[in-house]
Amino acid sequence: MLAFLLRRLVSLIVTVWLASIVVFAVLQLVPGDPALLMLGVNAQPDTLAALRGQMGLDQPILTRYLQWAGALARGDLGVSLTYARPVAELVVERLAVTLPLALLSLVISTALALPLGLLAAARRGRGGDWAVLGFSQLGVSMPSFWIAILLILLFSLTLHWFPAGGFPGWGGGIGPALHALLLPALALALPEAAILARVTRTAVLDTLAEDHIRTARAKGVGRAAVLLRHALPNALIPVATVLGLQISFLVAGAVVVENVFTLPGLGRLLYQAIGQRDLIVVQGVVVLLALFVVVVNALVDIACALADPRPKGLSS
Amino acid sequence: MRRRLPLSLHLGAALTLLLVAMALLSLLWTPYPAEQVRVIARLKPPSAAHWLGTDHFGRDVLSMIMVGARNSLAVGAAAVGLGLLGGVPLGLLAAALGRWGDEVVARLGDLVFAFPAVLTAILLTAVLGAGAVNVVLALALFNAAVLARVTRGAALAVWRRPFVGAALALGRGPLSATLVHVLPNIAGIVVVQATVLFAVAIVNEAALSYLGLGIQPPSPSWGRMLGDAQTYLFTAPLQAVFPGVAIALSVMGLTMLGDGLRDWLDPRHRSSGVM
Repeated sequence: MLAFLLRRLVSLIVTVWLASIVVFAVLQLVPGDPALLMLGVNAQPDTLAALRGQMGLDQPILTRYLQWAGALARGDLGVSLTYARPVAELVVERLAVTLPLALLSLVISTALALPLGLLAAARRGRGGDWAVLGFSQLGVSMPSFWIAILLILLFSLTLHWFPAGGFPGWGGGIGPALHALLLPALALALPEAAILARVTRTAVLDTLAEDHIRTARAKGVGRAAVLLRHALPNALIPVATVLGLQISFLVAGAVVVENVFTLPGLGRLLYQAIGQRDLIVVQGVVVLLALFVVVVNALVDIACALADPRPKGLSS
Repeated sequence: MRRRLPLSLHLGAALTLLLVAMALLSLLWTPYPAEQVRVIARLKPPSAAHWLGTDHFGRDVLSMIMVGARNSLAVGAAAVGLGLLGGVPLGLLAAALGRWGDEVVARLGDLVFAFPAVLTAILLTAVLGAGAVNVVLALALFNAAVLARVTRGAALAVWRRPFVGAALALGRGPLSATLVHVLPNIAGIVVVQATVLFAVAIVNEAALSYLGLGIQPPSPSWGRMLGDAQTYLFTAPLQAVFPGVAIALSVMGLTMLGDGLRDWLDPRHRSSGVM
């Protein structure tokens, strides 16, 4: 187990290091002078020179990378050109929207998917199963940003139950903030739930076919108890693995859905930074999101390895 | 005995054929030129003249959806084609080289998966500008990583089978064994994965075009049509429905085709897979 943990940690560090190189390298692909690209052709020469200095453009590329990576390790993501504030500060501010949004959508998708998956497995081949599989097929096929638009159409414009966009902030209390986050979280959660319900169904069916379940049934354990106490816990490992993999889709989905609802989160910050050609913000946010995905995937791997009762050589 | 084709294969193939037919037809004919602006006929509801209505520039929505199908298919085909060209040889090589090559492909995969395709596309468009080419590049990179991993896994399983060992013992080289024995045996798995990735590419292209980073106007794209429709949700709500239905039916067709192919190729998997 220790060997597995060490190996996973080394691979995590290598991936993080390579990801930082990739983000840095892509930003070097800017055709021409990055400072000119960011400030525009009408920029004053001294402003241009100052930005070149801040970005270290007058130094060799390796020095520039080492300085940037060193600052990144200290949590310094540079200073945004548009906001004239440290990018790290902006990120922390925006995380107050993106993080609760992501968590809420994870909660909704799991709360929908586990019962639906169980129901489908319990009713295999019957109406309930087909209904869940139909929901799953539909959910997988609908992009989250379209679901978001349809939710706005129904719940905001027609029924007036939820705001069509914007975020009141946490200052006014948890209620209004969650009220504003519910539709975006639902839009993100539905496609995730569709995939997870299917994974849960498959995992529960696989577990139900195993010997220990037959033994439990033979010993007189009821059908519902077998499902909840024996099949579901065993099925949680594949479900958690897929949930971990979905994190990267969730990050991508959040970038788009935040823009549908004009939520001031990280995704909106990134999108606006592209429009404003604020490459320092783009670089900072992308590298952070990539690190987040890598770390979550590593944690899921480790959690699954810890939870898996099989010998570790097989599970890693 | 001939096995019956799964229902999902029939439905998936039918929907996919419909999409391809619509895209091909748009090369020859659309009800109106897709880029024709008629401001006097803007935001009209569906009618006999415009079956799906018109958008905020008075453009015919059905014609735009037909041409949009062509654009979606082109981006998907390019992203999956390039992904296949890059990923399959890499996966085969990793399996043939064994431990060392395996490690390299696994680490490269980890790296690419750190960047969801949409994020890579955003990074590329931030640096190189918005457009379909950068979207294709970003999606192809992601697809290549997925296909390399799938190919490697499947190829490793084939390498362990006795007939490959026998071929090697008879003097066949690793390259020849890969091409003659390994590749034909994993082709099915790769095709299934490519079909699913095609669907994912269509969704991602639509999302990026919605943000204005993908296919650029005046060329129609389903994602951008949804973005435009959002502005007119009050006055023309149906405009936010039709392009979405087109995306959903295409993705549904391709995922069902992938599911059906997998069930057909490997009946043990029947209706149990993800996407």
